[in-house]
Amino acid sequence: MLDVKAGDEVSFELLLRKYRGPLVNFLARMVRDQGTAEELAQEVFLRVYRARKEYAPSAKFTTWMFRIASNLALNSLRDGRHRQMEISMDQPVEIGDDEAPAWEVADRRPGVEQELIARDRAARIQRAVAELPEKQRAAVLLHKYQELDYDEIARILECSEAALKSLLFRAYETLRVQLAPLVGAALSVKAHHEAGREKRSQ
Amino acid sequence: MNCEKIESKWIAYLDGKASAAVRREVEAHLAACAACTERAGEYRALFGVLDEMPQIAPSDSFDAAVRARVAAAVPARGAWRWIVPSPRLAFAASCLLVLSIWSASRPTEIEPLTVASTASTPVTQTASEAEFRMINDLPVLENYDVLSNFEALSDLPATPAVQPASHM
Repeated sequence: MLDVKAGDEVSFELLLRKYRGPLVNFLARMVRDQGTAEELAQEVFLRVYRARKEYAPSAKFTTWMFRIASNLALNSLRDGRHRQMEISMDQPVEIGDDEAPAWEVADRRPGVEQELIARDRAARIQRAVAELPEKQRAAVLLHKYQELDYDEIARILECSEAALKSLLFRAYETLRVQLAPLVGAALSVKAHHEAGREKRSQ
Repeated sequence: MNCEKIESKWIAYLDGKASAAVRREVEAHLAACAACTERAGEYRALFGVLDEMPQIAPSDSFDAAVRARVAAAVPARGAWRWIVPSPRLAFAASCLLVLSIWSASRPTEIEPLTVASTASTPVTQTASEAEFRMINDLPVLENYDVLSNFEALSDLPATPAVQPASHM
């Protein structure tokens, strides 16, 4: 970012390539619409470019960028300019090249039935996250999917670390309840694997 | 530590970011509480489930759209930059303006001597004429009777004396 601040256009291009994926994902989960998310992500990059001279190296770049993104997303939601995300079984799920989901890693050539099950699971997870209150949703997205530190997320969401942990706890508690069937199934699979391992060791 | 108090420690504990003291506290509670032990297992499973959320790839036109917006923003700012003066220029212009107003509002004081000394021919002529009028208006010169009957004048010779050579 310091190179971008110094007027290096190539460095801005590198920033764009590095953060477009995380930004679009974060914003799409926040506003629940990919088109709006892309417009907002473009706005984030534009603001980063415009404000590059004022960038203070004391603040982490990701904190600064996600703070802009978070504010834009929350404002967009408040303005009611977003459309409700329609989670449909017919809607193709776009998957990034570099980050394939776990189910696809487990089976590179899933059958039709497995694929439908996987899509159903993904849709449930998307819906559960989408239904979280805005601030809880932002906290989960930044914690679980962007893997930012507590202090960074707290700065982005403008709250204390203690408040953030409380926010995260309430969000994960809601998700635990909402996704209980998937969680229960995952625990059963785990218990089954552990039982098999014990049998083999005996 | 009871089940309620542990709530604020769950996240850091499950992330593996809790301090050693907090970790020991939570583990001591989990060893004694089957419900919380089960809950901890469910949270770990939940984190695994959430990993299944598919990633969204930005559209192919995304980068081009960002570049276009950045490019559109840069010339626009440059084109209007001339309207906004630089701080130094604005300061210099303000100083000049204040100086102009001050000098214009000052009363014009022309000292007569200065004017007389530096004046051109018409001014000098005007001063001489005024002096002549003043002498001409002296009442004593107008009173011919006083002059003609002035006794002191009768002592003078009838014909004027020969002018000294110095007058030649």
